[in-house]
Amino acid sequence: MSKKTIIPFGPQHPVLPEPLHLDLVVEDEVVLEAMPQIGFIHRGLERLVQTKDYNQFIYVAERICGICAFGHSMGYAETVERLMGVEIPKRAEYLRVIWHELSRIHSHILWLGLAADAFGHEALFMHCWRLRERVLDLFEKTTGGRVIFSVVKVGGVQRDIDRSMLEEFIRVLEGIKDEYAQICDAFLKDPSVINRTAGVGVISTEDALNLSMVGPFARASNVTYDVRSLGNGAYGDLSDFQPITSTNCDCYARMEVRAAEVLQSIDIIKELADKIPKGEIAVPVKGNPAEGSEACNVVEQPRGECYYYAKGNGTKYLDRMRMRTPTSQNLAGMALALKGCDVADVNMIVLTIDPCISCTER
Amino acid sequence: MGAFKLGKMTFGSLFKKPETVLYPVVTKPQPMGLKGHIELEASECILCGACERGCPAGAITVDKANRTWANNRLRCVQCGYCITVCPKTCLDMDPNYAPAALEQGVDVYQVPVQEKAAKKTAVKETVSSEKQPKASSEAKATPSKPAADSGVVKAAADEAPATRMRDEQLESLIGLMPEEKADKVRAALGVTID
Repeated sequence: MSKKTIIPFGPQHPVLPEPLHLDLVVEDEVVLEAMPQIGFIHRGLERLVQTKDYNQFIYVAERICGICAFGHSMGYAETVERLMGVEIPKRAEYLRVIWHELSRIHSHILWLGLAADAFGHEALFMHCWRLRERVLDLFEKTTGGRVIFSVVKVGGVQRDIDRSMLEEFIRVLEGIKDEYAQICDAFLKDPSVINRTAGVGVISTEDALNLSMVGPFARASNVTYDVRSLGNGAYGDLSDFQPITSTNCDCYARMEVRAAEVLQSIDIIKELADKIPKGEIAVPVKGNPAEGSEACNVVEQPRGECYYYAKGNGTKYLDRMRMRTPTSQNLAGMALALKGCDVADVNMIVLTIDPCISCTER
Repeated sequence: MGAFKLGKMTFGSLFKKPETVLYPVVTKPQPMGLKGHIELEASECILCGACERGCPAGAITVDKANRTWANNRLRCVQCGYCITVCPKTCLDMDPNYAPAALEQGVDVYQVPVQEKAAKKTAVKETVSSEKQPKASSEAKATPSKPAADSGVVKAAADEAPATRMRDEQLESLIGLMPEEKADKVRAALGVTID
């Protein structure tokens, strides 16, 4: 009978973008159980709704996470707009979705780079992030910021993207497709990468449904759930949207799904850039949320479904703002995937849920 | 092998110029709408305090008694909310990043008395503490390339008392530096102490 040891993983670890602690119960190089522990980056941001009014809080909401910054500002703004019964112009909805899909592209390319770093392929990591710089340049030109954009407000958006800029978006995105295809080849067709990822961290479809996993993590286990199919905002005007799924249910499948979603997002941006209507980009929002009013909203962030709930109390401060982020939902799936894997595979499995712990503990 | 899959890209990297630039010696051209730092048009400001109440980060301090408007550069997150709430639209986002500094920089703008009263031109000073202006500072003693103009003191009409006070404040810091560096900094900033 061999002895069980507990190996602590994190909170500081080169593979983690944000601090997370796992206690791995290990017996002879095989992980029996993983006990996650969070709380290293809790900043109490939801508490700030009591001191910052609903207009100021959007700047706090977008700073919850650097990678999904736009998703949070868009989700928060939509929730408060539902709370106050404000309808924003069509053009603003389109602009928000265009920026959100661009944010998805940048997030997935970032994740691909981190995944390459996780199994040691640093050159691939650098190439991925070099491609991502093109996307960040687009953000910088249109919103003024590379990571935190501050371009959404309750009632619409603050800046417009004109026709020539939209054409530049498409030009840049088409321009990166060639190099992106080479990067995807390096990920998906390389035997050494396949050795590290195929068959590792398998979660069956049934388990995925039982644990309520969301996002590309779940879609790789053949769960066909994508909030964009609900058709909120400008997503409803897309001619055809099918969630990308895979039947392999392992780390390789998760890479496949995210790599394909980038191309899908480029197509969405092209379609919306063609269809974008002319008009206003914001409506003025006056007054405060009514006493006892409630609203909820879902957004498909790059990491999965993010659920927002807001409650008003008649003043300019919201009573409650709750954000249920995708990674907090996926932690259970991660703990299950870690059972029975090798210690050397822990890196890869933890990274494939696309952990965004700063979203998890705001 | 991974290298062969990336072969075309890797081979190309040998001959293309690098992606990075030698910042701060070389800077990338900044787009017009870049969120660099907030600038105040002091002659338009009415010291209403809307920006102070609106700022989500608590970076702005408006002192109506002393007629000063101060922005703590470290706390400011360049969100631009103060620009939207200002009733006189005297705030603007300058597309140059604020230069690196050795201390927490609080920029204090002196808002002149409007119209009929004797006009004192706006003089911009830099102090190191938030509430109480102390006689120390010049955190931007060694300004880095990109935004040299925004950190340096602008010329003013009644120069003599203002610049002498500024020179004394600067000299108190420069005196602590090594000799050669101190001379260079004095020359660069135009500090003359007799």
